[in-house]
Amino acid sequence: MDNFSTLIGGIAGDGINEAGVTVGRLFSRLGYHIYMYYDYPSLIRGGHNFSLVRASSHKIGTHMDQVDVLIALNQETLEKHLGRLKDSSFVIYDMDKVKAEGFKQKGCGLPVSGILKEEGALPIMRNTCILGGFCRVVGIEWAVLEDVLRKHIPKKLEQNLQVARRGYDSAVEFCRVEKLDMPTLPIMTGNQAIGLGLIKAGLGAYVAYPMTPSSSLLDFMARFAPDFGLKVVHPENEIAVMLMAQGFAYAGIKAAVGTSGGGFCLMTEGLSLAGMAEMPVVIIMGQRTGPSTGLPTYTAQGDLHFILNAGQGEFPRFVVSPGDAEEAYYWSGVALNMAWKFQVPAFILSDKTVSEGQYSFDLAAAGDLREEAYPLWKGQGRYHRYQYTETGVSPLAFPPQKGQVIKVDSYAHDEYGITTEEPKITKDMNDKRLLKGGSLAKDLEGYETVKVAGEGKTALLFWGSNKGVCLEAAEKLRLRAVQVLVLSPFPEEKLKEALAGIERVIAVECNSTAQLARLAGCYGFKTQDRILKYDGRPFSLNDLEAELGKVLA
Amino acid sequence: MNPKDLTTYAKNTWCPGCGNFSILSALRTVLAQLDGEGVPIENVVLVSGIGCHAKIVDYLNINSFYSIHGRTMPVATAIKLANPDLKVICFSGDGDSLAEGLDHLVFAAKRNIDLTMILHDNRVYGLTTGQYTPTSPQGFRGKSTPLGSVELPMNPLELMLVSGATYIARGYTHGLDLLQRLLREAILHRGFSFVDVLQVCVSYFNMYETYNKRTYEVKGNDTGSFEQAMKIIRSWNYDGGETPIPLGKFYQADLPCFDQVFPGYERKAVDRDAKMNEILENFI
Repeated sequence: MDNFSTLIGGIAGDGINEAGVTVGRLFSRLGYHIYMYYDYPSLIRGGHNFSLVRASSHKIGTHMDQVDVLIALNQETLEKHLGRLKDSSFVIYDMDKVKAEGFKQKGCGLPVSGILKEEGALPIMRNTCILGGFCRVVGIEWAVLEDVLRKHIPKKLEQNLQVARRGYDSAVEFCRVEKLDMPTLPIMTGNQAIGLGLIKAGLGAYVAYPMTPSSSLLDFMARFAPDFGLKVVHPENEIAVMLMAQGFAYAGIKAAVGTSGGGFCLMTEGLSLAGMAEMPVVIIMGQRTGPSTGLPTYTAQGDLHFILNAGQGEFPRFVVSPGDAEEAYYWSGVALNMAWKFQVPAFILSDKTVSEGQYSFDLAAAGDLREEAYPLWKGQGRYHRYQYTETGVSPLAFPPQKGQVIKVDSYAHDEYGITTEEPKITKDMNDKRLLKGGSLAKDLEGYETVKVAGEGKTALLFWGSNKGVCLEAAEKLRLRAVQVLVLSPFPEEKLKEALAGIERVIAVECNSTAQLARLAGCYGFKTQDRILKYDGRPFSLNDLEAELGKVLA
Repeated sequence: MNPKDLTTYAKNTWCPGCGNFSILSALRTVLAQLDGEGVPIENVVLVSGIGCHAKIVDYLNINSFYSIHGRTMPVATAIKLANPDLKVICFSGDGDSLAEGLDHLVFAAKRNIDLTMILHDNRVYGLTTGQYTPTSPQGFRGKSTPLGSVELPMNPLELMLVSGATYIARGYTHGLDLLQRLLREAILHRGFSFVDVLQVCVSYFNMYETYNKRTYEVKGNDTGSFEQAMKIIRSWNYDGGETPIPLGKFYQADLPCFDQVFPGYERKAVDRDAKMNEILENFI
């Protein structure tokens, strides 16, 4: 079986995200690769939430519109997703809450409320009960579900097992998902992968103010802070966040901050400070639908040019946009290394799709990530924080240093860090900072900053979360897939090689103005077609295939 | 250590007669003394905002982070959390931390983090050539309020007291002995110290005559009493009238500091890879 999609839906508070992850873990144990799209409105209880879990024998990073099994905890789920049913689909529903109307496919109702009542169980256990039924329907052995529940249910395990078992026993087998001879991979969100990558590369502090879709990274860091000796601070606002990161850097602690567009707006004055004062800082920017508050819990790729140009004045920056959890892990660590090697702001430009989507994660395939050394002062002579060097990078020292003074300055400054308005020093220091950008670009030549897959005369050009959908569509339609991972410094030469022999370039982006296409255009790369989606939802494989069908017709 | 050793080659650009000279001189003396008393000068980090006050970090050959307008507190807070052994001293103007960065100031006091904030309170924006600030008296005719400001001034000490600061004092740039004593106490205090320094801007709001006439040093007050401190602090609300202006230490309390109680997990020798594998295993 190449693909198996399951949708579970209910109201916020039903535990739909966790239920989707449980479905993912079940398929993982059978050797499948997982991608899960989680859709939820901006509220705490009520509303319609659903998790769309796709399992495949291949590595995947996108969902498909149609589902093989639809699990409805309420009527709304059934009504909203009837269109996703194929003739061969199967519907599982809570027969106490859902009227089985409007579909001709096979289905089975479970007496969920009755079971919960008899077992004296809490309403949150509805999904445990219905997932028991799901396992029976798709022929997943009880032992597999029991293993998942035993590992991940923190409270009232025995009661959950009993409720699940009752659900399992009440259902009928509809099909049998075959077990693949493949390893079981962990499943994690892009945010969790970002967290692990930063920690692996030596992160010492994480500072953030909560904002979707980056809040879960703050939660992750706070949870694991004691294990890794992290200092995690949640201060008064994003202005403080950005400044605190630089206080940590001044004292020698590698820090990262996380936010979304609105929070990043507040960080821009601090970003410019980091540019002038040459303070290393990593910024995780999880994009969501804008402008302004927009759709807080939905996706977009609308902030690329904002990130590339934010902050007054000119200074180099590193910007990478990972396309899945493995890239999020690897490139977050690289971003931290780059920030400290070149004393620049380094951005991890994510979005709701990558940050909150669930992906199978293969550490071995993610790339060999290490904490890299950075230029440190060797303790000879008098310390000059902004000493001119061949690379533009001045060695760092941290207080206290007996007999030395470490001066950092937001004004134009001399090598010692004292304010100046002298034209020559102003220009020389500007050149020094730009030189660091050149050194950074040179260092990046050793990295796969542009990824290419497939052959053909037509290329899909994309970035960030569209990786999964574009790779799959390109493979199916025999197109070349060109992913621009690093967006600053722009990998001009590598993109030239990637597009060699290409006659037609189709940009695929989740924004309305084709921001990557415009960026590439600045370097002379022409795009012939643009497929853009900006309704807050990521492309499904079907969406993109349909659009490509029109473009290529 | 000779205070002169703490001087840099930077050219001083304050106006002749500026109150900032007194703060610079007082601080240099205090820090040179403290260097011999268990506060080594290399452990001192100065953090400033932007404005005339902030130039002080260019004039002191001491570790410094010359930050941006209103943003001393977050930088200083992180430096302190990163290394609690450092002695972090902040300088700010009344426009800087009472307008642009008020949120940070309130939170620093709320956390009672062990920092010292020296407010160069000249009650006017100097570098931008004379606009009213949060502590300008009502009716202040500045360039942005040519008909006179209609707002009542803010009393920063009252705000600091209710926000949780644990050392609160007011100094004046005339009377170096008192200023030095207050700065020294503030720096040595464990917790958030706030010293409001009446620092005269000779170019845009010359208050020397008024302050010389109206200031007096409070003596014999119970600095452990919140109520007494509040009464003294409220006895002058930064108005432009004839009210006497109290100087001295108004409040001091010994309470837990953020940097002491912050879960500042030691950067112990963590087996990062083993712990990461454990987390990955839990994602299965």
